Amino acid sequence: MRELSLHILDIVQNSITAGAKLVIINIVEDINLDELVIEIIDNGKGMDDETIKRVMDPFYTTRTTRKVGLGIPLFKNAALTTGGKFYITSRQGSGTIETAVFKHSSIDRQPIGDMSQTMLTLMTGNENIDFLYYHRYVSGEQNDQFIFDTRQIKQALGGADVNVPEIYMWIKEYIQEGISNLYGGVQ
Amino acid sequence: MKSLAELEALRKSTLEKINLRKEDGDGARVVVGMATCGIAAGARPVLNAFMEEIAKRNLDNVTVTQTGCIGLCQYEPIVEIYTPGLEKVTYAKVKPEMVAQIVTEHIVNGKPCSQYTIGNVQK
Ligand SMILES: Nc1ncnc2c1ncn2[C@@H]1O[C@H](COP(=O)(O)OP(=O)(O)O)[C@@H](O)[C@H]1O
Ligand SMILES: [Mg+2]
Repeated sequence: MRELSLHILDIVQNSITAGAKLVIINIVEDINLDELVIEIIDNGKGMDDETIKRVMDPFYTTRTTRKVGLGIPLFKNAALTTGGKFYITSRQGSGTIETAVFKHSSIDRQPIGDMSQTMLTLMTGNENIDFLYYHRYVSGEQNDQFIFDTRQIKQALGGADVNVPEIYMWIKEYIQEGISNLYGGVQ
Repeated sequence: MKSLAELEALRKSTLEKINLRKEDGDGARVVVGMATCGIAAGARPVLNAFMEEIAKRNLDNVTVTQTGCIGLCQYEPIVEIYTPGLEKVTYAKVKPEMVAQIVTEHIVNGKPCSQYTIGNVQK
C-alpha cells in the first residue's frame, strides 16, 4: 500500500470485523517533533495476547495453524521503515488501540493520501458504525485541528442517505477543505 | 468554509430525490471488493470513481456497496454488477479509468464491457 490513508482504511476494516460500534482515527502531525502519529481506537471485541503476538510478528508460530493476515504487519512495517514505532494495546471485551509513529520528514514515509476517500468508503459501507476522525497539525506556533464526526453528519442528514450524489460530493469536499485548511488552505 | 448547517440545507433541497431513491429499489447494484487484497490493489479509487460517475450522471437508482475478500485476490480490484434482467457480471483488475465506460455501456445501455470481465482478463 502506498498511502497511509489506505492502511488506515484496512486497519479500520479489522475494527469493523471485530464488531466495533465506534472507531476513532487520530492523526497528529507535529513538525516541531518531526513526528506523525496515527492512532486507531475501537470498541470491538479486542485481542488476546496470543493474537497480538501473532499479528506483531507474522513469523511467530502458534500451535494452531491459522491463516496469517497481512494488514497489521504492512502498517507496522510502514512505520518502522521510517525509524518509527508501532504498538498494539488491547483488552478482550473492551477494544483495541493501535498506534503507529512515523518520522515525519523521513523519505521512506508514505504520504497520508486521500483521507476523504477513506472516510467516505467507511461511512457509506457501514451505516450503523460511527467514525470519529481527528486530525491535528502542529508547526511552529501553529496548532490547528480538523474534526470529522459521522454522528454529527448523520444528525445533519436526519436519516438521509449518504449515497445521494450531491451529499456524497459535499462530504468529500468538506473533508478535503478541512484538511487543506490545516496545511494553510488555498494559497 | 463549509458548515454542517449547509449540509442540512442540502439535505432539504435533495429531499425529493432521497425519497425517490428509497422507493425505487429495482436499479443496478455495484459491489466492490474492499478487503486488504482489494485495497492494496487499488479498490478504493475504483469505488470512489463509481460513486462520482453515478453522481455526475444523476443515476439515482444505482447503489454501490462493498464486500470482503471473495478469494480471487490476484484479480483484485474486483467489481460485480447486478442489473435487472441481466446475469451478474464480474469485472477484474478494474481501474478508475474504466469506470465511466462500464457505467455508460453496462449500467445505462445494458451492454456489459466483456473485455474487462474476469473470464477475459489475464492473471
Ligand atoms: N481491531 C481489532 N480487534 C480485534 N481483533 C483484531 C483487530 N485487528 C486485528 N485483529 C485480529 O488480528 C488478525 C490479523 O489482522 P490483519 O493483520 O489485519 O489480517 P486479516 O485482517 O487479514 O486477518 C485478525 O484476523 C483479527 O483476528
Ligand atoms: Mg485486516
